Amino acid sequence: MKSGSTARTVANTTDANGGEMYASSSLEARARRLDPSLLKDLLENMLLIRRFEEKAAELYALGKIGGFCHLYIGQEAVGVGAISSLGPDDYILCSYRDHGQALARGMDPRVLMAELCGKVSGCSKGKGGSMHLFDKRLGFYGGHAIVGAHLPLAAGTAFASRYLKQPRVTVCFFGDAAVNIGSFHESLNLAQLWKLPVVFICENNEFGMGTPIEKTASILNLHERACAYNMAHAAVDGMDVLAVRESVAEAVERARNESLPTLIEARTYRYMGHSMSDPTHGIYRTKAELEEHRRRDPVKRFISALEAIGVVTQATVDEADRRIRDVVEQAVVFADQSPEPSPEELSTDVYLP
Amino acid sequence: MPVMQYREALNQAMREEMQRDERVFLLGEEVGAYNGAYKVSRGLLAEFGPQRVLDTPIAELGFTGLAVGAAMAGLRPIVEVMTFNFSILALDQVVNGAAKMLYMSGGQFGVPMVLRGPGGSAHQLAAQHSQSLEAWYCHVPGLKVVMPSTPADAKGLLKSAIRDDNPVVFIESEVLYGMKGEVPEGEYTIPLGVAEIKRPGKDVTVIAHSKMLHVALQAANELEAEGVDAEVIDPRTLRPLDTETLLQSVKKTNRAVIVEEGWSFCGVGAQIVDILQQQAFDYLDAPILRVTGADVPTPYNKTLEHMAFPDAQRVKQAVLRVLYKA
Ligand SMILES: Cc1ncc(C[n+]2csc(CCOP(=O)(O)OP(=O)(O)O)c2C)c(N)n1
Repeated sequence: MKSGSTARTVANTTDANGGEMYASSSLEARARRLDPSLLKDLLENMLLIRRFEEKAAELYALGKIGGFCHLYIGQEAVGVGAISSLGPDDYILCSYRDHGQALARGMDPRVLMAELCGKVSGCSKGKGGSMHLFDKRLGFYGGHAIVGAHLPLAAGTAFASRYLKQPRVTVCFFGDAAVNIGSFHESLNLAQLWKLPVVFICENNEFGMGTPIEKTASILNLHERACAYNMAHAAVDGMDVLAVRESVAEAVERARNESLPTLIEARTYRYMGHSMSDPTHGIYRTKAELEEHRRRDPVKRFISALEAIGVVTQATVDEADRRIRDVVEQAVVFADQSPEPSPEELSTDVYLP
Repeated sequence: MPVMQYREALNQAMREEMQRDERVFLLGEEVGAYNGAYKVSRGLLAEFGPQRVLDTPIAELGFTGLAVGAAMAGLRPIVEVMTFNFSILALDQVVNGAAKMLYMSGGQFGVPMVLRGPGGSAHQLAAQHSQSLEAWYCHVPGLKVVMPSTPADAKGLLKSAIRDDNPVVFIESEVLYGMKGEVPEGEYTIPLGVAEIKRPGKDVTVIAHSKMLHVALQAANELEAEGVDAEVIDPRTLRPLDTETLLQSVKKTNRAVIVEEGWSFCGVGAQIVDILQQQAFDYLDAPILRVTGADVPTPYNKTLEHMAFPDAQRVKQAVLRVLYKA
């Protein structure tokens, strides 16, 4: 709830240690204020990401997906909540952990799966892969695989909005480890200095690969880094899709109406390894620790809240889940049946004519 | 035709392109109120205002990355680096970002931007402020690399670079900014990827870019007195390289000397040698020789510094050697 000299506040934030931030009563209370069809959409989006990522893990094990593949399981509430507060013309930039945001933005799961499988029908023609998802029509400006390097790009798309006097807001997702790299600081400074309409969302999942954030960051309230730039900032429960939505919506409004940036730290957790080549636990965290965090599972929590207020029942959730699993199966079939890029694709898209 | 300085020609190119296309803007350290560290952007702030001429913090990575993002979103930024020595801080955004965006996105996102500023050696600026880094950029697919050697080329090439839809690394010469020459007025563009024969000749091909062109021309003039007729070619664009013009010349002269200020190892000339030996092997009457910067960081001491870079004497020596006259 802190910002620079202007004492701007962002909703849904509390002190650094959580406190009421993680209370599920607040999730229910927020849900009651929203349209049931929106709530169901959000839930289905989260479920889609969960099922899609589970399938991606399977395909990785089968060798159909190669390279580095970073799953979003556990973090669904952040991408879904944040993106649900955007308009159709807004810009989204992500790190390499980008499947969830792409799906939340409405990328066809078939096109996404095809990209992961390196097929020409993928969103980047199979030339980008898991870490480089792009879709211009969706305002999806990439998956970027150098830690922190897309923050300046986000400042740039936001700059373009201001320059062209377009009401397009940029939202930029990145991990907690990215707050220690120079590009983070250079971007935040530029964004505040030049009043750029951008929302920086730090998905604090507590680890950069196998290193806990305590070992790398000199302050643990990562959002407070914004103080150095006199930027509005907030921490939000990243396991609560509606809290994220509210917090980001407020920041988006600030960006759109006042052309000012915000840094939001969404406290979340990843349930899988850093990438598919990394075990879920063992080296840097214990199984018990992981289990403890699973009790905050954003999908289960949202289902419980919606059940409690009568928006869904176990039966309707099961039905939606079946439908979503089917959509994911279709995506696999589509990817399987899609052709490889032709050999000519090796040397296209290097230069524009 | 008006005569003007190299820096004025660059200024004119930017001014005309900014008048022509509102999406073009300039950002960099000291480019606005200070008129540019080398006065290349003189008057642009006054004419175009602070929305289009932006003084940046000293944050090469940040503002270059911002330009890449802005280019992805439809603008056409010109990034001025105070010198190319500092472009190293922005290298990730150029090499991993600008150069690859089109490919990684399956053709969706081009990055029409120019990264420009002075490069090459300068007088007694020592190791960190006096070096040639064009070979680094030439190595990267997705980038174009342009290095003008005269005021007219500076204007014509910069205008083309700004209109190009790809990221263009445009390396000016710090010591040529004050050079004067005739520059065509108004619409004057030189296509990227086209070399120019700066001095026709028949005995040997000397290839040199940026300020080394002038060293090569001086050598060629001195060689004339010794009965050697050297053809001097400036590639002007190093990537994409106009191999055709180089090959035609070498097929005519059967001999080549390549001059560059940069380091020899993995240098631009090494690439040109590779192309010439592959495609004109049967025409060559002598091994191709290279005259390059010494394989050391640039020293401060004047005498040592002089030894570190090619001069007309060394170029002449190389030419005489490929002619088996030395
Ligand atoms: C500049 C840079 N250094 C190192 C890496 C290798 N690397 C990839 S992801 C990662 C950890 C990043 O963690 P975080 O920013 O917290 O994001 P998360 O993976 O948790 O989403 C590292 C070290 C990289 N991609 N880029």
